[in-house]
Amino acid sequence: MAATPPAAAIPHEAAAPPTAGWVLHAEIAVVGAGPAGIAAASRAAEAGRDVVVLDAAPRPGGQIWRHRRREELPARARAWLERFDRSGARLIAGAQVVDAWTAADAWAAAGSRGAAPEGFRLVAEVDGERLEVAADRVILATGARELFLPFPGWTLPNVFGVGGAQALVKAGASFAGKRVVVAGSGPLLLAVGATLASQGARVAVVAEQASRAALARFGAALLLRSPGRIAQAARLRSALGGARYAVGCWVTRADGDDAVREVTLTDGRRSWTEPCDVLCTGYGLVPNTELAEMLGCGVDGGRVRVDEWQRTSVAGVYCAGEPTGIAGVDAALAEGEIAGAHAVATSGAAGTPGTAGAADDRRRLFRIRRREHGVARALERAFTLRAELRDLPRGDTILCRCEDVTRGMVDPAWSFRQAKLYTRIGMGPCQARVCGPACEFLFGWRGQTTRVPTAPAEVRTLAGESGGAGAEG
Amino acid sequence: MGRPDAIVVGGGIIGAACAYELARAGMRVLVLDAACVGGGTTAAGMGHVVVMDDSEAQFALSAYSTRLWHELEPELPRAAEVDRCGTLWVAEDDEQLEALHAKHAYYLARGVEAEVVDGADVARLEPNLRAPLAGGLRVPGDRVVYPPYVARWLVDRARDLGATVREGCAAERLEDRAVVAGGERLEADVVIDAAGVAAARLIPDLPIVPRKGHLAITDRYPGFCRHQLVELGYHKSAHTMTSESVAFNVQPRATGQLLIGSSRELVGWDASPNRSILQRMLRRAMEFMPGLARLTVIRTWVGFRPATPDKLPLIGRWPALEGVWVAAGHEGLGITTSLGTARLLADQILGREPAVDPAPFRPDRVFAPHE
Amino acid sequence: MDTTHTEVEIEVDGRAFRVPADATVAAVLLDLGVGAFRRSVTGEPRLPLCGMGTCQECRVTIDGVAHRRACMTPVRAGMKVSTDG
Ligand SMILES: Cc1cc2nc3c(=O)[nH]c(=O)nc-3n(C[C@H](O)[C@H](O)[C@H](O)COP(=O)(O)OP(=O)(O)OC[C@H]3O[C@@H](n4cnc5c(N)ncnc54)[C@H](O)[C@@H]3O)c2cc1C
Ligand SMILES: Cc1cc2nc3c(=O)[nH]c(=O)nc-3n(C[C@H](O)[C@H](O)[C@H](O)COP(=O)(O)OP(=O)(O)OC[C@H]3O[C@@H](n4cnc5c(N)ncnc54)[C@H](O)[C@@H]3O)c2cc1C
Ligand code: FES
Repeated sequence: MAATPPAAAIPHEAAAPPTAGWVLHAEIAVVGAGPAGIAAASRAAEAGRDVVVLDAAPRPGGQIWRHRRREELPARARAWLERFDRSGARLIAGAQVVDAWTAADAWAAAGSRGAAPEGFRLVAEVDGERLEVAADRVILATGARELFLPFPGWTLPNVFGVGGAQALVKAGASFAGKRVVVAGSGPLLLAVGATLASQGARVAVVAEQASRAALARFGAALLLRSPGRIAQAARLRSALGGARYAVGCWVTRADGDDAVREVTLTDGRRSWTEPCDVLCTGYGLVPNTELAEMLGCGVDGGRVRVDEWQRTSVAGVYCAGEPTGIAGVDAALAEGEIAGAHAVATSGAAGTPGTAGAADDRRRLFRIRRREHGVARALERAFTLRAELRDLPRGDTILCRCEDVTRGMVDPAWSFRQAKLYTRIGMGPCQARVCGPACEFLFGWRGQTTRVPTAPAEVRTLAGESGGAGAEG
Repeated sequence: MGRPDAIVVGGGIIGAACAYELARAGMRVLVLDAACVGGGTTAAGMGHVVVMDDSEAQFALSAYSTRLWHELEPELPRAAEVDRCGTLWVAEDDEQLEALHAKHAYYLARGVEAEVVDGADVARLEPNLRAPLAGGLRVPGDRVVYPPYVARWLVDRARDLGATVREGCAAERLEDRAVVAGGERLEADVVIDAAGVAAARLIPDLPIVPRKGHLAITDRYPGFCRHQLVELGYHKSAHTMTSESVAFNVQPRATGQLLIGSSRELVGWDASPNRSILQRMLRRAMEFMPGLARLTVIRTWVGFRPATPDKLPLIGRWPALEGVWVAAGHEGLGITTSLGTARLLADQILGREPAVDPAPFRPDRVFAPHE
Repeated sequence: MDTTHTEVEIEVDGRAFRVPADATVAAVLLDLGVGAFRRSVTGEPRLPLCGMGTCQECRVTIDGVAHRRACMTPVRAGMKVSTDG
């Protein structure tokens, strides 16, 4: 499976609104090549479907299996990537999907008459070039992003996300010899602390805001459901080197001139400072639901609504992995398989054998999914964010990093929309992907809207023109 | 607050300006908005304060309003993003150049500063425009502002003068000297329907229809263009009530961003993005400014202009109801004409001599049938 | 920097560097010690935050095109990057 350049796309049939340029056709389009997307695409392609996978990153793997060389990855990840290679699915890496719509809606909007076309359209930008994909089915496996919470000094250089630092290391950055503080919430803290320590960083402390009591309850729940995870956590802690795992502690501020030099930590009673070169901070994950919203899929409480087959509220659109709720890699793989298999059964030329999977296979996947979501619910309770975190921003603390809007500029009595209109909060290029979830935690603000494009896109991409040869049909 | 003297229904730029104007005249004002101040069409428009000359009446109101903006300018804070960039109307060919000269003569005859520049000067003033263009008309008095903030600011100034504001409060019905809202009957001697594109929901006889427009905003590229750029063909796009049209209309924001417009469609209240017209609009912009192609767009959106059959707003008394006045239907020029509208309406309410002839704006004027 | 990888030459703020061929621009700039990928709208120096394409803090100019996300862009031989740092 070679990464297919957009040049391999075929010319679009003439005069069908609203697109021009080049369109790649596929029976099934998968967005995201993390575990969920890889599993979905593999299952569908193995059953003979023509599958195209789009991912913004340079290589498949998503967040957890991000890599430069396959040898770096654990055996299970390699096995899945090899299966994906063999499946016949076509991966287009470096393809940022920026728009999606149902063909019928666009047909109607353009005032066209006659039988409405079926299926879906996706627009991606690949190295600055527009690529349009037409597909009968879409599987969204767009993963999650980190939740960042503002505190004084969080915009200083060398303050990274927890997953952010991990992603940067996997992309080739080195924190060797750096004194690192990891602080925030969730199981990711230990994993990233261990990664950085193994890389030669001096991890001073890993600070978890959740209380010891909450974690103990979680530990008990885990023992019942998934004893293997306790051993995994123990391994991670020993991999931390000399670092302390400070439970019930959080960062109240970071200080430094050109870059972070020290952070202040507290356990609620006592505060102390910790010198550091790097602070990694993150408070859990936020599902990426934007493309689902763009396609009109129902989203409840920040999660894409799906049925037992991972079908969204829009017929023909599936969703698997983190956008449906943060439940980890095993759930993502199972959901991906379920979605891929079901899309096979409902797409393609009539008469193609639909291999939706044998009953025992289905039972296995459903069982994993149920178990992992159970663990995820326990996790969510254990790592509930403490109220004190809401008091961290001061008047001059930036909430919106794109527009440098401070806490003092907004009135908590406003809605998010009001704050946005009067102060520009959330109006920058990240489109509130960072400050939106933070403000939801701080002020209870909801209701951000997703608009075209779902990620910054060149004018010519949205204009329906590709920069290369054969720009206009 | 006791019984208000005036109730303004709608906190868009029009209602906000009316509230400010009446509060300055000493009236006790209550502003009602179904959602939030500045959150309607005012949050979706370009904020180009521009003198227009489709008709004598439109010219009179827009030129008068532009002077009022100049007066207000020193008071507006930075967040109002006032940019004194002026407008550069661009002509593509000799026919448009002729129209451009006519426009120049019209402005000069009426005391509006304007200057014709040749193709070479256009290229010098705006190096990112395609060369050669036939020429341009520079109107230095035109401005760019950030409308939702200005609306908020105007309402806050009215509040400083004693006005009360209720957001999230929709008027259900207008009666003689009264508004019914949230099951309550609120009385005042003066009631103003400034509900923008929704004004006809309160007074069904008002001939206002939504005219949809798309816009796209880019990341920051300071200096990419220095004037609000509009193709001369814009007049045709704006003035003809055809079902759809696009025109080149690019605005430099004080932030360094570019706001790219514009499109017009009559498709009712459908707020979904129309990709085909968005594509046409962006291509038109790229034809004039090829360098736009590789700039990144961070968001697109649509807004509904409150359109009337003769493209003039409805400003004045609504004779069917006692004490009820209208200030609505400003189509694509309501940011500009907000200040003039409010002054003109207040003059009539307070029995002052208006600076602009109110007759062409009477809400009960007779319209030719829709084109 | 890890030298077991093959390297390519790129230019950062006018100076030439040999960097691992399979790294992203963000990873390379961090290892080169760039102090500000971009300046915020009030002039603060900023470095990458999320590392995965959402926060937009890592925007730099690549081959003359402004506002490219360094964390999503693999290095390429001959690439010219300019930062605000
Ligand atoms: C930073 C981070 C670190 C994590 N670390 C761990 C860990 O150590 N252990 C663990 O169990 N779980 C971890 N998780 C959770 C783990 O990633 C998930 O449990 C699992 O990978 C879910 O897989 P997914 O396919 O849903 O999402 P992801 O793995 O996040 O994959 C989503 C993919 O979709 C792509 N994508 C998203 N939007 C678009 C778009 N519009 N166009 C094109 N491509 C797009 C992304 O680039 C990405 O490759 C982490 C998650 C994050 C966000
Ligand atoms: C794409 C586009 C570009 C534009 N560009 C420009 C430009 O460059 N220059 C320019 O001058 N103009 C421009 N305009 C036009 C301008 O934006 C409008 O004319 C102007 O905003 C109208 O203001 P308004 O106060 O009448 O309406 P709105 O801003 O819509 O305000 C009406 C308010 O009334 C409220 N409301 C509605 N019903 C009720 C009710 N029953 N009870 C209580 N409250 C109610 C709403 O919530 C809303 O806040 C543009 C418009 C569009 C769409
Ligand atoms: S670091 Fe967040 S987008 Fe690159």
